[in-house]
Amino acid sequence: MSDPAYELIVGLEVHVQLSTQSKLFCGCSTIFGAASNTQVCPVCLGLPGALPVLNAEAVELAIRTGVALNCEMATFTKWDRKNYFYPDLPKGYQISQFDKPICGPGYLDFPDPEDSASMLRVRLTRAHLEEDAGKSMHDEAAGKADSRIDLNRTGTPLLEIVSEPDIRSAEAAKAYLTELRLLLTYLGVSDCNMQEGSLRADANVNLHIEQNGTKVATPIVEVKNLNSFRAVERALKYEAKRQYEHWQKTGQTIDDAAKQTRGWNDAAGVSTVQREKEESSDYRYFPDPDLVPLVIDEARLEAARAGLGELPGASRQRLRTEHGLKPYDADVVTSQGRAMVEYFDQLVSAGATAKRASSWVQQDVMRTLKEQEWEVEQFPITAPRLAELLAAIEAGEIDNTRAKEVFQLLLEKPELTSADAMQELGIEAVDQGEIESLCQELLDENPKVVSQVLDGNAKAVGALIGVAKKKNPNADPRQVREICLRLIEASR
Amino acid sequence: MSLTADEVAKVAKLARLTFESEELEKFAGQLGKIVDFVDQLSEVDTEGVEEMAHPLDVDSVVRPDVVTEGLSRDESLANSPSHDGEHFLVPPVMAR
Repeated sequence: MSDPAYELIVGLEVHVQLSTQSKLFCGCSTIFGAASNTQVCPVCLGLPGALPVLNAEAVELAIRTGVALNCEMATFTKWDRKNYFYPDLPKGYQISQFDKPICGPGYLDFPDPEDSASMLRVRLTRAHLEEDAGKSMHDEAAGKADSRIDLNRTGTPLLEIVSEPDIRSAEAAKAYLTELRLLLTYLGVSDCNMQEGSLRADANVNLHIEQNGTKVATPIVEVKNLNSFRAVERALKYEAKRQYEHWQKTGQTIDDAAKQTRGWNDAAGVSTVQREKEESSDYRYFPDPDLVPLVIDEARLEAARAGLGELPGASRQRLRTEHGLKPYDADVVTSQGRAMVEYFDQLVSAGATAKRASSWVQQDVMRTLKEQEWEVEQFPITAPRLAELLAAIEAGEIDNTRAKEVFQLLLEKPELTSADAMQELGIEAVDQGEIESLCQELLDENPKVVSQVLDGNAKAVGALIGVAKKKNPNADPRQVREICLRLIEASR
Repeated sequence: MSLTADEVAKVAKLARLTFESEELEKFAGQLGKIVDFVDQLSEVDTEGVEEMAHPLDVDSVVRPDVVTEGLSRDESLANSPSHDGEHFLVPPVMAR
């Protein structure tokens, strides 16, 4: 924090779209990008007489998420109507959960962005299931034409994950969201695609300011429309500055002003007032008579806990303690997702050293995935294959530069073994005697280099390496350098 | 426990209804009577009685996560007072 005069206090509300095939209370498809108003039915259109029926899979995904977030899980949960008027909410209420959410208090630990070896914890207030609203498209330019409404998204299952105000910096907010997204993708409960709105964040922000030995709090502002992690970071920095300046000007504290809602405009880099927030009671929550309660027994929760598998925190820990990776490297591999950790594990169990496997994963494998826009699952070189190549490097049969050529060939022809690929590129282990005579030959041809080295300029030998490579592409540059220097020393 | 005209004005606003001041007074009286009637329930001693979430003694009704056919676009738009063949149209609204 650049200005020590205040402390930034942030809580985040994250809406996650659960990966179900059909909507929360009806059988309409949830697939993104369909033509407007083609994935609708009487239930999600709110037509009279239509009745909602709960999607079993949405419940399963919410339970999985809740247990992974260390939540106290409800054994009895119910549905409530949140009433408000907006054109993209056809029923005039949203089915949500008010007083008995499916997931109660929990927490999420994540690496401290200031120090990847230590962890931060954000407590969670609750997480509840609710249905999404539709999409409104406004006449942004003139504001005069009618707004167009697409109800395809209406009724899509969301899990709203509400944090306590435990976040103290914009960087920590981004780190929390990054970890939450990683966890949710590990669990397979959401694709967390922000462009498609599968993960949306709102932030509740205010400042604690030290004044004459006492602490004053500025009015709480809810910042909406945070459509990327970068937007979250920027909006929080902007909001901290804005609130501090506002307080300096007006002296307004949390006791003087109601909670305000502001919208973040990412292009302009500013937030603007949207509305004074309705009181919670203004939503006139009441139990939805169309839906019966949901009972979840302890055995089901236990089964969900047992089926979680290794979560990101445990992956990081294991890569550090079992494989000796540095915290930073363990974090990079883990943050690529569960499939990448599995790929890494397969490399190691096929015989690669953890250090070399981590380095190749982080450089060559990750770069290729990024360039090709592939998922790990689509990566053509199987782990055992790549492990053969890494073993060949380890054994000194091939140098790193030529290994990268083999890697490229394997990408094109994944059916080859590493040995076949090496052969196709004419790579073979060169015996020591052959390299020695090559080096001697080079020294004889280049007396100038020899005298430079004898004068104390060992770097001059570098000039010979390119020539050696030309004469024998399998010559290991490091080996050529060592042998040349040894031969020159011996000639003294 | 009767209602004030201000309280009626507040719930009317939430329901997007507009009333004249004499109507507010009239409804305050009428709605107040309804609230008073229901309020008789508070005379019952409910100490130790578990809260009821639903009148039916049924729980956990779910359906499998299977996509079923909905309405065609023409059908879904058919009852709308205004549409452009693809979307429902509503008078311009400010971004929420």
